[in-house]
Amino acid sequence: MIQMHKVTKAYPNGVTALDDVTVRIQKGSFIFLVGPSGAGKSTLTKLIFREEVPTRGQVLFNGKSVNRMRAREVPFLRRQIGVVFQDFRLLPHKTVFDNIAFAMKVVEASVKKIRYRVPEVLEMVGLATKVNVYPHQLSGGEQQRVCIARAIVNEPLLIIADEPTGNLDPDMAREIMTLMLEINRRGTTVVMATHAREIVDVMRRRVIALEGGRIVRDEEHGSYEQKRGPAR
Amino acid sequence: MKFRTLGYFFGEAFRSLGKNSWLSIASIATVAISLLILGSSVMMVLNSQYWVQTLASDLEIAVIMDVDTPAGQVKMVGDKLRNHNLVSEVTFVPKAEALTEMRQKMGDRGDYFRALGDQNPFPDLFRVKAKDPRDMAVLAGEFQGYQRVERVLYGQGVAENLLNLSYWVRIGGLVVMGLMGGAAVFLIATTIRLTVYARRQEVGIMKSVGATNWFIRWPFLLEGMFLGFFGSLVAVSLLFAAYAVACHYIQTALPFVAVRTDPAFLWQIFEVLAAAGVAIGAAGSMISLRKYLHV
Ligand SMILES: Nc1ncnc2c1ncn2[C@@H]1O[C@H](COP(=O)(O)OP(=O)(O)OP(=O)(O)O)[C@@H](O)[C@H]1O
Ligand SMILES: [Mg+2]
Repeated sequence: MIQMHKVTKAYPNGVTALDDVTVRIQKGSFIFLVGPSGAGKSTLTKLIFREEVPTRGQVLFNGKSVNRMRAREVPFLRRQIGVVFQDFRLLPHKTVFDNIAFAMKVVEASVKKIRYRVPEVLEMVGLATKVNVYPHQLSGGEQQRVCIARAIVNEPLLIIADEPTGNLDPDMAREIMTLMLEINRRGTTVVMATHAREIVDVMRRRVIALEGGRIVRDEEHGSYEQKRGPAR
Repeated sequence: MKFRTLGYFFGEAFRSLGKNSWLSIASIATVAISLLILGSSVMMVLNSQYWVQTLASDLEIAVIMDVDTPAGQVKMVGDKLRNHNLVSEVTFVPKAEALTEMRQKMGDRGDYFRALGDQNPFPDLFRVKAKDPRDMAVLAGEFQGYQRVERVLYGQGVAENLLNLSYWVRIGGLVVMGLMGGAAVFLIATTIRLTVYARRQEVGIMKSVGATNWFIRWPFLLEGMFLGFFGSLVAVSLLFAAYAVACHYIQTALPFVAVRTDPAFLWQIFEVLAAAGVAIGAAGSMISLRKYLHV
């Protein structure tokens, strides 16, 4: 589903955030991106939905070049990708319902479809009772679930989550992870950048570790840190 | 584009017009001022062109004979004029007729002539129309040389002066309007910049969920266009009110000046100003959108 071929990203200030990265992500998979701060995790995710363009190399989404895509095709790429943010980014003066409906309105969904689909996703993320509540009346975990509901409401093929549990306590983080797994189980590919060691170690999913902009490890059933091999 | 989307665009545009009310009012006022200038100079130019046209259609050369010219010599000059190959029409106005005509034209003020008693101060004259009005200057010079011709008058100077005046009115109007128009564009750009700033979060979310660029831009663009349009409404109302007063004054004080008051003319002015207002608004928004809305 996603292919990166020899991708290098240098920011205008001279920082090389990604250095010759080649990776392939299968449809339906669940991927953890790990690595120290500044390793390039966020940069890698931004290249997928063309928040940034690579300095060199190719990024393909479903076989189509993301970096060579025309500007007016970008919105249609983004409709296939749901993004979950660490800081939720909910609109404070809109209710939970309206926050999610907003994401459907701006892609010109019908009123009928909005009325049917919003309660459906709220049910799925366990917020069926909070439809008419404002974001500030919700806990951090609940706000993140609204953000996830908004990300999946237009039925994307891929969910990108950049440290979705970064602002949450461990219990809430676990709830969010359960939810992400459920979304993945229904067939949506998930790419998650995270520092949550325990979660990564428990889940045993594919782990891609970055360091200094390079992939230093890529394991099918990985852990947060390199397992120390037996002493030689 | 879908109908509900159109509703969304208008709704969003009006919502933020209300929110930035002070800046909105300032923008509308500057648009109105610059359009007032545009409107009044357009009206002046069109009116003077209209007047010149009505003048030009009966522009003729008056060939005035010496008061005491004998009838025979007058007739000779008349024949010469009629036989001239650049002349299309010659009307003879004998002294007596000239007096009556003037009395009619002056109406009440015809009293002046009572003082003259039975004397007729008017000479015999010929009204001569040229086949081509551009030959008038040449013809006038030629007629001046005919025997017993006292004076030759023609209206071309008036027409030229009027056209000159309307030219300078136009230039002056353009300069002032350019400056005010620039200020109006700038104020609208500022208003829209504030709106973009107030909405940056929404815009970010719209982008991330895949709203098209034009979907994001339209509400801002509409807001600017409405500011311009409202400005033009203000300008048109003020302008028409002032014009009504001016027309009333001109028609009583200077009855020979033709002014246009027909609905078609007023509608044309309204169209020009509304289009200019909307264009100013759109220009202001586009400047801000290019600079501050990175879509
Ligand atoms: N917009 C930007 N302009 C310039 N440099 C940037 C920009 N974004 C990121 N960088 C730099 O690129 C490098 C990689 O940043 P990135 O955000 O991808 O790291 P990260 O792995 O997500 O880190 P963290 O775990 O702290 O979120 C860092 O050195 C960062 O300072
Ligand atoms: Mg990051």
